[in-house]
Amino acid sequence: MFGIIKVRIMQGDQAIPDVKKAVLNPAFRGFPVISPGCGRLSFDADKICPTGALKNDPVSIDMGKCVFCGECGRACKNAEIEMSYCHHISADSREKLIIKPGDKYLEFEDAAVMARAEIKRLFGRSLKLRQVSAGGCNGCEMELNACTNVNFDMGRFGIDFVASPRHADGIVITGPVTKNMAPALEDTYKAIASPKIIIAAGTCAISGGIFKDSEELDRSFFDRHKVDLYVPGCQVHPLTFVNGVLRFLGHK
Amino acid sequence: MNFLRIKSQAAVKRELIPDIAPEKLSAETALMCNEGKRIVSLFGSREDAGVRVYSVLADDEASSLYVSSALVKEGGTYPSITSRLFSAQLFEREIHEEFGIIPEGHPWLKPVRYPGHAADKNLKMEEYPFFIMEGNQVHEVAVGPVHAGVIEPGHFRFMCTGEKVHHLEIQLGYQHRGVEKLMKEKDSVFLSESTAGDTVIGHSLAYCRAKEALSGTEVSDSAEAVRAVMLELERAGVHLGDLSALAGDIAYLPGNAVFGAIRTMIINTSLAICGSRFGRGIIRPGGVVFGIDGDLQEQVNNTLDEYEKKIDLTCSVMFEASSVLSRMQTTGVVDKKTAEEIGMTGMAARASGYEVDCRADHPFGAYTHVPVYKRGMKNGDVFARAYLRYVEIKQSFKLIRELMDYNRNINLMADMKPQQPSMFVVSLTEGWRGEISHCVMTDKEGKIERYKIKDPSFNNWPALALAVRGNGISDFPLCNKSFNLSYCGFDL
Repeated sequence: MFGIIKVRIMQGDQAIPDVKKAVLNPAFRGFPVISPGCGRLSFDADKICPTGALKNDPVSIDMGKCVFCGECGRACKNAEIEMSYCHHISADSREKLIIKPGDKYLEFEDAAVMARAEIKRLFGRSLKLRQVSAGGCNGCEMELNACTNVNFDMGRFGIDFVASPRHADGIVITGPVTKNMAPALEDTYKAIASPKIIIAAGTCAISGGIFKDSEELDRSFFDRHKVDLYVPGCQVHPLTFVNGVLRFLGHK
Repeated sequence: MNFLRIKSQAAVKRELIPDIAPEKLSAETALMCNEGKRIVSLFGSREDAGVRVYSVLADDEASSLYVSSALVKEGGTYPSITSRLFSAQLFEREIHEEFGIIPEGHPWLKPVRYPGHAADKNLKMEEYPFFIMEGNQVHEVAVGPVHAGVIEPGHFRFMCTGEKVHHLEIQLGYQHRGVEKLMKEKDSVFLSESTAGDTVIGHSLAYCRAKEALSGTEVSDSAEAVRAVMLELERAGVHLGDLSALAGDIAYLPGNAVFGAIRTMIINTSLAICGSRFGRGIIRPGGVVFGIDGDLQEQVNNTLDEYEKKIDLTCSVMFEASSVLSRMQTTGVVDKKTAEEIGMTGMAARASGYEVDCRADHPFGAYTHVPVYKRGMKNGDVFARAYLRYVEIKQSFKLIRELMDYNRNINLMADMKPQQPSMFVVSLTEGWRGEISHCVMTDKEGKIERYKIKDPSFNNWPALALAVRGNGISDFPLCNKSFNLSYCGFDL
């Protein structure tokens, strides 16, 4: 009894007070900054970038393919590319994830996720999500679990993961979608009542990531259904996910 | 015996590996294991004339490995090892599934990670041949592939009378991404980092040390020290997460909250070192990308000191609570004999008194300077696996402090030499779950010809199925979490 009280006092209050304003350790690799007017890179982009996210001539980085390894930043002679520690990198369309020379983080953040009145009305105060791992390596899955722990505590905004698709308002997909998992993913999505949303979390879910060339994948789910929110990362940082969803729901 | 004696992470010429008759390979593998050695890996590799089966065994006391091979012609048969040595059963099923050759006398060639075997594309995941228990009172409970929590997919089927579980069938394969095949095509450290996302350091370290052995590249002591620090941080971080989840599974909420918060601080230390909470982007062939300089080293040490006290306090309260003990003790028991028989590995095996630990048995990198003493328990129940996690967290913290003495933060990255042609290497690493083995062969040009990964989950999934026998079905989540096995590490 006294032991538990002692533990409780030691624990104190662990929740991040304001998740929207939280700042990550500068070592974190997030939004890539490409210097304005960067025309050609001094190295072979295809040899350095493991997933083809980095394009040369004209230069661009697709955050939907990027695994945030930072190899391109290190290969640059004149720091044309730098991975910033800015982590609000979710977007509501695939095109917005492509970063070009001179793109600024604050401008990206403002325009990346547009809150829709309909979404705010339907899910603004309560959003229950069903997570499906379809070939995910357990990196994104563990980080999504962390979203509900005492630090990130997204339950305070009425956002939660639920056990049954019947109780859910949407689906969060991780992993590159394997052939063996494709039917179960489709079934789970079908079991959710409309209106429903789709969130693709992590580089593998968004583009297939490092596994995109594997013949064991079946990504046809994304041909049939439109993704509402893309949350990049390898693995997704809990704050990227929580803030992306909050913006999507119209939280200021 | 027709086996070549080698060391972990030391490359040998492929032509030196004995080529013996299949029946001899079976008999000698079984014989050697019955004399105290154990299977590290059994795998096939396609050649023009058929499928070459490699048998890699470990002699832990002598820190040695033994390897031999036999050619089985396409679609042919060979006498199974399983009929003489049970721990070979899953390996032989895997070889059968991938290449279609038949181990004669194997009791049941059930699918491993494909529906049916790889050659038969018509079967569906739903058509898995489950073991069926019959009787009026028997009922089945089917769970998955999509589970209640945010975890990876797999299908569990329980055969019960009332609440009591008689048998559990575990069907995996949903996560199969073709990692080994991609590894051959791309030869990429990123694939090893994503083999199992909770064992990023373990797998990328096994990959890099294999590459360094194949090319004869020397890595500096500083880099090896940083690698070992990261490996121990990974171990402590995951163990803390598991303690949190175990406490959550028995509704002991203080444990769930406190361990969850402490884990955040430990994996955020990883983030401070390398920019990723799970250690992505630091381990590369030739060394490490990020060092741990003076300020960071102090920060790491302070974090460990502060949180070790908190862990001690919370564990002393939790492991004395009768509500915790009554759920954990005598639940999900795997005894030592069973652990040895099915070939378990890692923390789960040590909790059953079967003490295997690569860091001590086959020391690699910085562990050659900083010795690891094996820690174990005897009971093999959920309590043993939970408490051993606490012991191992403390051990990891101690190791990190010792390893820091070898960290001079210099020469962190060596230039990689070209990979030698026609070589063979076995790279063993002790991840937080247990022994990770990467067996790699190069072709005549020095490119990767066969990349065989074995995650410790491969050894331990059968143990979970045996652990739940005779337990109430409501104890399954607790048993499952006490092993915390990887689905993608198994499915590859």
